[in-house]
Amino acid sequence: MSTEINKFERFEDPGLPAHVLRKTDTDPIAANRAERQVAALFLLSALGTIGTIASYIFIDSKKFIYLPILGDTNAQQLALGTGLAASLFFIGIAAVHWAKTLMPDEEVIAERHEFRSSDEDRADFVSTVKDRAGAAGLGRRSLIKRSMGLSLGLVGLSPLLLLRDLGPLPKNQLATTSWAAGVRLVTDPGNRPIKPSDLEVGAVAQVLPHLPVGTERTLENIGKDAVLLIRLRPEDFNLNAQRLSWTYDGIIAFSKICSHMGCAVALYEQQTKHLLCPCHQSTFDVTRAAKVIFGPSARPLPQLALQLDAEGYLIAKQGFTEPVGPSFWERNSA
Amino acid sequence: MNARRFRRQKFAGPILVVAALLTIGSAFSIASALPSAQKSEVSAQSTLVDEGKQIFLKGCASCHGLNSEGGAVAPSLIGVGAAAVDFQVGTGRMPLANMSQQAMRKAPLYNPTQVAALGAYVSSLAPGPATVDPASLAWERDGNVAQGGELFRTNCAMCHNFAAQGGALSNGKYAPTLMGVEPKHIYEALITGPQSMPKFSDKTITPAEKLSIIKWIKSANAEPAIGGASLGRVGPVTEGLLVWTLGLGLLIGVAVWLASKAR
Amino acid sequence: MKQSERIAGNVAGYIDDRTGAAGWAKKNLTKVFPDHWSFMLGEIALYSFIILLLSGTFLTFWFDPSQQEVVYNGSYAPLSHVTMSASYASTLHISFDIRGGLLMRQIHHWAALIFLAAIVVHLLRVFFTGAFRKPREANWLIGIGLLTLGIVEGFLGYSLPDDLLSGTGIRIAEAIIQALPVVGSYASFFAFGGAFPGHVFIPRIYIVHVLLLPGIFLALITVHLMLVWYQKHTQYPGPGRKETNVVGYPLMPVYMAKAGGFFFIVFGLTAFLGAVASINPIWLYGPYTPGQISAGSQPDWYMGWLDGLVRMAPPIETHAFGHTISWNILIPGLIIPGILFTGMALYPFIEAWISGDKKEHHLLDRPRNVPNRTALGAMSLSFMLISLANGGNDIIATHFHLTINGIMWFTRFGLIIVPPIVFVITKRICLSLQRADREIVLHGRETGRLVMTPDGEFLEVHEELSAEKKWTLTQHLQPTALTAPGEDINGVRSKAAGLKGKLRARMSLANAEQVASPTEREARQLESGHH
Repeated sequence: MSTEINKFERFEDPGLPAHVLRKTDTDPIAANRAERQVAALFLLSALGTIGTIASYIFIDSKKFIYLPILGDTNAQQLALGTGLAASLFFIGIAAVHWAKTLMPDEEVIAERHEFRSSDEDRADFVSTVKDRAGAAGLGRRSLIKRSMGLSLGLVGLSPLLLLRDLGPLPKNQLATTSWAAGVRLVTDPGNRPIKPSDLEVGAVAQVLPHLPVGTERTLENIGKDAVLLIRLRPEDFNLNAQRLSWTYDGIIAFSKICSHMGCAVALYEQQTKHLLCPCHQSTFDVTRAAKVIFGPSARPLPQLALQLDAEGYLIAKQGFTEPVGPSFWERNSA
Repeated sequence: MNARRFRRQKFAGPILVVAALLTIGSAFSIASALPSAQKSEVSAQSTLVDEGKQIFLKGCASCHGLNSEGGAVAPSLIGVGAAAVDFQVGTGRMPLANMSQQAMRKAPLYNPTQVAALGAYVSSLAPGPATVDPASLAWERDGNVAQGGELFRTNCAMCHNFAAQGGALSNGKYAPTLMGVEPKHIYEALITGPQSMPKFSDKTITPAEKLSIIKWIKSANAEPAIGGASLGRVGPVTEGLLVWTLGLGLLIGVAVWLASKAR
Repeated sequence: MKQSERIAGNVAGYIDDRTGAAGWAKKNLTKVFPDHWSFMLGEIALYSFIILLLSGTFLTFWFDPSQQEVVYNGSYAPLSHVTMSASYASTLHISFDIRGGLLMRQIHHWAALIFLAAIVVHLLRVFFTGAFRKPREANWLIGIGLLTLGIVEGFLGYSLPDDLLSGTGIRIAEAIIQALPVVGSYASFFAFGGAFPGHVFIPRIYIVHVLLLPGIFLALITVHLMLVWYQKHTQYPGPGRKETNVVGYPLMPVYMAKAGGFFFIVFGLTAFLGAVASINPIWLYGPYTPGQISAGSQPDWYMGWLDGLVRMAPPIETHAFGHTISWNILIPGLIIPGILFTGMALYPFIEAWISGDKKEHHLLDRPRNVPNRTALGAMSLSFMLISLANGGNDIIATHFHLTINGIMWFTRFGLIIVPPIVFVITKRICLSLQRADREIVLHGRETGRLVMTPDGEFLEVHEELSAEKKWTLTQHLQPTALTAPGEDINGVRSKAAGLKGKLRARMSLANAEQVASPTEREARQLESGHH
């Protein structure tokens, strides 16, 4: 609560300072000059418009010109833009300059009214509301009040229900991928199967599952199926027996869909053997089954078990044993 | 310093002998397999290896070891091939100026002949990817720029950024910009995996696809400023910076002028 | 002249015959608006909104909000024959095959960034000057609503072209939806019409972006402006400016010319940016596919703080009873923003509760005279800036030779340590400035001129402040702390009221920490002491 203890000791408000006349108020020459300046600014705007029209018609849209700072710039885009900018900008500058120099600049005082209504009005208002509400019987007829509450509470449900068909139920789609036992790894892009000998130590390959002929690869598939294949020296691994058995001669495969928010984790640092997600910088240690060593992700990237098929190509030993990508409520594994 | 010189002198003799034997041996074996008309070329090759070895002992051995076996601070060079040498030395990354930081592209210390000699020496130790002959990289003719773009975005953009401007790796490392890098060096980097970069084998990204990648990089490098100043092509960060500095700065500047009294 | 006056009279008469608006119009055409550059910040936002409507309408003539796959065969060669969504292809078409299309796209995007930046600086001006106080609390709430919707609207617009960068943004938004406890996966499947990315998300957000949200914006902006109009604008303190008046220029012609002119200036400068600076070069990003990513994937600046928070979140998930809760997403993605925006919305009511101030306020505060509020604002700002910096940590790392890990750790600790320090320092600065005001009012301005007294002593000449300046520096009323509350006549207090009351009294005490404003009596006493 502000107090006014020093009410009688305060400095005094000297009131609005006297109006100072501008040069344009006293000197007709200056006023005429200002008028010419405003007119010139409006003319600059008109020139801008003409320039815009001319550049639209006459400049070849494939022509580039060199300008310092900007570099090789598309001439038409630049001319259209600067022309438009000038045509707008100078209208504004002209109007403001006009207002500042030639329109009255004496400050005026307007009184404010307090928003609070008079006490009688307020009392009247309250009694009117009470009276009218009483007339409707809201206070007395509790049956109506309650049933109305019920119906109003429920009425919003039907439009919500109608939104149900926005999409299908997730079922287990978040937990499944196209990977299954025996599915070949193929390069992305290129769709070529891969032999272990195709990868040297230190090499990576972006891979996708080979889809049966006639199946189209959709973005939804890629969003779950994308896998990164990395070849290390077998002695670099620091894996438990099961995870080691999922590798093949130093070749290890991880889901490329980040376990944090689903970006493509494909940034492999060959020397440190770390995978880094460029979105939020979760860092995974490839030698320790993509254990999280930095950043916000709470889970390792799921590992894909590898083996060879009869022709010597890399295939999945089995599908992913856990859902790939970001977490969700129904996800049941650590 | 003295100790190192001493060690170098101590080992230099035997190593020179072994290396000379190796060189002569390999030269002989190659020579005997070749028709006699090419004999002179072979002897030129063996002098190149010798020359490379001299350069190696002077400029590289202190870190990579007298036998290129690697050391505490440097990897082994056995089997890396002439391509790795051409990339590392040809782009000036090696020799390192400073141990503590990542090898940077800079003016090469050795001239192309010396680089070729070093490459010949390193590839004489064990076979590895050979130096890429720029003349054989017909990327302008054989590359497909759209396919290159798709390959680049799948395999390269996560480190080097969407417009090949480079990007951050963990712990202060970075993927360098690819602006102005020679096609043969891009190709060599792809097959040798320098520093943090992994290798991209010819079977997973075919030589033709590599040419397409080069063509796309060159096309992105050469792309004019279509929409005006490119702002470094690093995404929304610089755009936001420009709005808060130049954009709001100009607008607030005008507002101050607008609200000030004319004299 | 006569002719034009007669026509004007006829038009006015025609309208008034049918609406009776002459009385209202007469009053409002002379309505007074105070003039100050900081009152133009909201106008920048308003005009940017109009620019967005105009340029956005232009873009809709060619934009095809569809995720159907097409093969590109437009004039941008590096993407020739690439399979992409129709929305990406039509954005390329606008950029390369419509004359002025790229210009309009760039104007639209720059205007969006300016729109939100202007809202933020406008909000800061309103906050630091206390313009949100009674009777303007409702308008503050509308403003917070506009900011929140503006962020959503901007994000949706950024997502529409379906390029690699914005697709990554949608992927992250999907992960946030998916992380909602219990309903997450259902909400995601409903929003995307199935598995991510699906074929319906772009068309759906398109209609929200071009119709639903702009409609809500128009409604809210209208109410926002009507309230400003009806309640009259606040003004800075100064000679002649009182709580009971408003000093400035009449709407017609001065304010009309200035405000109208400013619209053209804002549009002109935005068009200039669109002409000379590239923004969102989607042709370089490439079409979206979940298997690709670019280094340095960031959102636009107004989402950058959120991305920064998500980046620095600790890696915590709860796995129990067959369910997963991703705290690493929920805390930075929903809980902290929720607390921040709720706190921001409720702030006028919290401050009024602490100060017990129930009066109307039309004179603005000088930030130094309200140290607690100013310090709180600076503290919140430092929180946002630290988060924002971490949102660009990869770009900062490569350009300043730092490490992303180092920046991450710095911001993780900084987010907790720096804001309280900023609070304390800002409050001290405010109090020092109050002290400086007091000094200058009582002792005058130091002129730097030295004079020698007859005794051979050197004194610096102090120039007395003008009456106007003295008034400006001393006109505000200083708050006093609330007395111990909740105590009844016997000194017994109920426990619940006691705790709340105690908290209130404590905060009120902090709120009342001030350097005493100088009084005329003090000045007189000093004066007489000198002689």
